[in-house]
Amino acid sequence: MTILNDPVSAKLGDRAQLSYIASQAADARLNVELETEGMTLNIGPQHPATHGTLRIIARLDGEQVLWAEPSCGYMHRGYEKLTEVRSFPQVTSLINRIDWLGSFANEVPFILAAEKLMGVEAPPRAQWIRTILFELSRIANVSLFLGDLGVQLGAITPVFMAFRDREYVLNLIESATGGRFHPNFDRIGGLKDDLPAGWIDETKVVMKKLRNFCDEIEALLFGNEIFQSRTRGIGVIPRDVAMQYGLSGANLRASGVDWDLRRDQDSPMAWNKVDFKVWTHPDGDSFARCWVRLQETREATKIVDQLLDGIPAGPVMAKVPKIIKVPEGEAWVSTENPLGEMGYYVVSRGDSGPFRVKIRSASFNNISITPWLLRGVYVPDIITILASLYFILGDIDR
Amino acid sequence: MHSLLAVVIPYWGQSLLRVLGGLVAVLLPAGTIVYVFLFKMMSFMQSRLGPMEAGPYGSMQLFAEVGKWLQKEDIQPDNADKRIFRMAPIIVLMSTFLLVAVVPFGPDAWFTNFETGVFYALAVSSISVLGILMAGWSSANKYSLLGGLRAAGQLIAYELPMVLAVMGVVIQAGTMNLQQIVLAQNAGSIFGTDIVGNPYVLTQFVGFVVFMIAVQAELTQAPFDMPIAESELVSGYMTEYSGFRFLIFFIGEFATAGVFAMIASTLFLGGWGVPFSWFGWTSMDSVANWMNVAGPLIVFTKMMVLVFLIMWIRFSYPRFREDQLQRFAWKVLIPISLANIMVTAVLKVAF
Repeated sequence: MTILNDPVSAKLGDRAQLSYIASQAADARLNVELETEGMTLNIGPQHPATHGTLRIIARLDGEQVLWAEPSCGYMHRGYEKLTEVRSFPQVTSLINRIDWLGSFANEVPFILAAEKLMGVEAPPRAQWIRTILFELSRIANVSLFLGDLGVQLGAITPVFMAFRDREYVLNLIESATGGRFHPNFDRIGGLKDDLPAGWIDETKVVMKKLRNFCDEIEALLFGNEIFQSRTRGIGVIPRDVAMQYGLSGANLRASGVDWDLRRDQDSPMAWNKVDFKVWTHPDGDSFARCWVRLQETREATKIVDQLLDGIPAGPVMAKVPKIIKVPEGEAWVSTENPLGEMGYYVVSRGDSGPFRVKIRSASFNNISITPWLLRGVYVPDIITILASLYFILGDIDR
Repeated sequence: MHSLLAVVIPYWGQSLLRVLGGLVAVLLPAGTIVYVFLFKMMSFMQSRLGPMEAGPYGSMQLFAEVGKWLQKEDIQPDNADKRIFRMAPIIVLMSTFLLVAVVPFGPDAWFTNFETGVFYALAVSSISVLGILMAGWSSANKYSLLGGLRAAGQLIAYELPMVLAVMGVVIQAGTMNLQQIVLAQNAGSIFGTDIVGNPYVLTQFVGFVVFMIAVQAELTQAPFDMPIAESELVSGYMTEYSGFRFLIFFIGEFATAGVFAMIASTLFLGGWGVPFSWFGWTSMDSVANWMNVAGPLIVFTKMMVLVFLIMWIRFSYPRFREDQLQRFAWKVLIPISLANIMVTAVLKVAF
């Protein structure tokens, strides 16, 4: 099998992985001898494992997948087209809904692209608060992933813990921005408002809670032997393949690629002011992807803590004209969103709205690897792999 | 019991009456208590309140849900094999009914008391496989089919460790009669100390663990819930069921958990009895009559403890994959229970 001959996964020498692949090969041989008839199974568009309306067409031989093909577009809302009939400030309320679990993070790259075209830079305080809210939406997003991971694998308790603790983060986002899920708080040139009084202390308490949550999840799920046997060696993405398929975010870092836009690119955000570690994992399997996300949640709480300590004073809004007209030009800005690299290519013709916006969302590229990845796995592993790749349907279909 | 209602009743009639009595007297309370207990316990484990509106602290939740299900439309898929589709839930429930018939609740409080009680219990418990397979096959749904086949493979694989685990108890007690097994535990002694009798959970601990794991698999509870597997197969063999038929599956699941816990408490925790040394009893005849009243309560208490164990594991663990489950049954549980039988037999002869 291709996975077996691959130098990266062979070098791992993970016995469980090799024996799994060998057993799969043996099963495949057996089935060829029996000449059984296959079965086409439609997973989705309405299926609990797809978090929405992703459809996966899987050709099965018994419980084994011969080939699988994701079919998306069931929830296509045409955001790229819709942006063309809206003015720049109006676009943020649309693009909030792309990755609906980490909404604030969606606004940032678009606003940065508009600012880049206009030659405006947000004042330092706005940059810091943006970064804090960005990381909070990352925590809210990924903590739900950590709980949902349990549900996908059959453990129903972690998701309630995740919802419980995500609630604290959502409360913070709500008290700062006024919106729980869709803040719509970012403005060209800064932010709508300053932080409310007492917000900083409260956030620090919540960050401690979230670190406890990470410890709980680590003890309850990641230390569990059944969880490990379900995820280790399942859905291995070698480094080269991950890069060829254009994966980004934790999926890429779990394959051993040390790439994080927060650290690697120069952006008018406060990430370069704080000290954080970019976690990678050499295995590239489902466990690695989940583990990297767990560590990133921890790291994000630390980033928020550090940022809270050093928020500079000053205004939260730069001087921008009342009616925003973005000068002619093209700009590409991408950031490291909770799901991976998210970018906007904004083309302006000097109007109040964009002429064309190309949205590069992380999940669309991340699920493009599924046909390669799902070949030869068992039906339960489809769910493991989909859960560990972690996509949001809005982020695939836009 | 030979001339109930002053009418001579044939043997099958007596058996039927007893089983119906068992249904009313045991299964409904067991299902209800297990269900409400489960819901509240699950909620507290998951840091939420659970049902609160129906009755005090949601204790009437089950009735509310039964009412809800009875109102729902009874949908049968067009392509379903209708007769088999309708029969399947009944067969699953029947297995539970038959199972409760052998559980003893006191020195004289039993529905049937016959020599091969253990054998009978293990035999009728596997009837449910048939019902599940029928449900999976007749639903004309690919998910149901996968779930039904998984269930069949799993239940057959876990029948064996269950039987082998009980063998240790049978060897130690020297009988297959459940009443005699209760007697042997409560009147027994461990190395001369009879302060707690001889509950086999102590002397047959390995057997108990294997039995409980097998029960977990038999009930298709997590970590062995692949036949249901909500996140993959969307409830597996139950996918196409709605209304009253789904209710039977659903309540049957909890009732079966309760009945299996009763069987386990009879086999391993001393059943209805308290250690006989506490009251100076020596044999079944010398047991005081009030045990017929206290016995059912004791069985229910022990049942709740075991149900708690089953549900605790259910809410904490992720599920295995089908091949891992089979590997676990054949490569771990069966060798362990075989070794347990061997050691028990050797010790039985030695002491």
